[in-house]
Amino acid sequence: MQETTFLDANELVINMGPQHPATHGVLRVKLKLDGERVLGTECIIGYLHRGVEKIAENRTYAQFAPYVDRMDYVAAVTNGMGYVEAVEKLLGVEIPPRAQYTRMILAELQRIASHLLWLGTHALDIGAMTPVFYTFREREEVLKIFEEYCGARLTTHAFRIGGLQYDLYDGFERDVKKFCDYFPPKVDEYEQLLTKNRIWIDRTRKIGVITAEDAIALGVTGPVLRGSGVKWDIRKAQPYEAYDKVEFDVPVGEHGDTYDRYVVRMAEMRQSIRIIRQCVERIAPGPIFGKVGKVLKPPAGEVYHSIEAPKGELGYYVVSDGTVNPYRVRVRPPSLINLQALDIMSRDHLVADIVAIIGTLDIVLGEVDR
Amino acid sequence: MRLSRLGGNDRDRSAEGFWPQGERRPYGQITGWKPVLRIRQVTMDWKDFFRKIFLIDLIKGLRLTFSYQRPDAIYTEQYPLERPPVAERYRGAPRLNNHPESGETLCIACNLCSIACPENLIVVGWARTEDRKKRLTTFTYDLSRCMFCGLCEDACPVDALELTQDFEIANYTREGMIWDRQALEEGPQPARYTR
Repeated sequence: MQETTFLDANELVINMGPQHPATHGVLRVKLKLDGERVLGTECIIGYLHRGVEKIAENRTYAQFAPYVDRMDYVAAVTNGMGYVEAVEKLLGVEIPPRAQYTRMILAELQRIASHLLWLGTHALDIGAMTPVFYTFREREEVLKIFEEYCGARLTTHAFRIGGLQYDLYDGFERDVKKFCDYFPPKVDEYEQLLTKNRIWIDRTRKIGVITAEDAIALGVTGPVLRGSGVKWDIRKAQPYEAYDKVEFDVPVGEHGDTYDRYVVRMAEMRQSIRIIRQCVERIAPGPIFGKVGKVLKPPAGEVYHSIEAPKGELGYYVVSDGTVNPYRVRVRPPSLINLQALDIMSRDHLVADIVAIIGTLDIVLGEVDR
Repeated sequence: MRLSRLGGNDRDRSAEGFWPQGERRPYGQITGWKPVLRIRQVTMDWKDFFRKIFLIDLIKGLRLTFSYQRPDAIYTEQYPLERPPVAERYRGAPRLNNHPESGETLCIACNLCSIACPENLIVVGWARTEDRKKRLTTFTYDLSRCMFCGLCEDACPVDALELTQDFEIANYTREGMIWDRQALEEGPQPARYTR
């Protein structure tokens, strides 16, 4: 963003946020405008900074697990999964298959819940009021499964290092299967509302275009990268848990615009249902905890582990100095890195399109600021 | 006769499959709409007339509305009057359990919950009896800092400390959020409203 000169009648710098409802939290965007046309944007972040990485240094490995749920608070299960897997990698623990499949089911349910929240709020930002009511109705069903499983709906703390704290409750498989049958017709319902809707197409086609080269250069991941046509999914590229044992497709877009990212996320929800169905079939009785001691003392060393969170690549870099507390935990949040694409995407668009572009990036400010 | 959309612009939006194939309805074939100088003029036959005076369309629409009034399709919870059922494993207000028969506390003052807590909000006080055994005296739990992660209840070896299904733990003062042993044993006492 260039400096504006004093008394330049054609350029205007205005603020958007941090209390603007369409910025999905406390994002402040400085817009440099020529009338309605956006010349450049600058994001000012840090309004939700809580120092999560620093907190980790004063907690034991097990104690830090509830804090990671508070970063991307609409996808707490995948956040926790990334952290516990990173520490398990550091400890060198194998976790039993029952725990693996349970984790995968819950993570995919969380992906659906996160995408549903994205769809509802994104459509609401653009002006479609109806989908948010429908998506929250279905999200409620997912949250009910979480509540029955681990006792919390939002910040779940569902997994422990080495396995699971809670075994499946009676009727878990029934509930999940019921949801798998219940959910795909609802996706059709959303598509009926939006996919061929002329207003939706006008508001999203050719809006916020990012080319595959730019997306890779900026380090953008997740549906934003796949919307540009790059077939990159950590679940396929570096399989964790048992993702190499299940079949699923990686949907990709073509043009890299807001509409394609919408299509990719809708397709991902269907793929998640496919993964869940396979996992429920394979879940078998057995132990749920690997061989870990009561006191977690990983050997000195470092590990980087990344998973495919609903928003993109979520990485944890954990450094151990051989004590019970981690020496350093660094988080690679997908939202922060995806937000860097906002400037390139929003050039030459109108102010109203900024709202659509922020929505399509699917950022969560808890994760951007940490 | 194919008519353009009245009152709007004349862009033909049905060309590229805007409507699904089965539902394609060119304007002008619905009823007797006729454009005269771009002003809507409706000629009604007797069918439309009866539709109008008997409010057929209104009743059709309201039938759809009222089809969602079935008791099993209602999502709203009348909160203070009815309490939502929470899950069995719900992590709500903490409780210090007593033995159901003798009434003595189950807590053995081992301090494991205090060590497990990420926020260091549990303070366990104990005294030694004559035979050098640990006995619980005070137990303080600062709910205002609690994030209900459940690590204290996992750490408890005797199931004395438990996160219960009570979720009404709001308080008017910050001091009221710090629960002592008596409050933990009794649990929260929210106001109950009746109809």
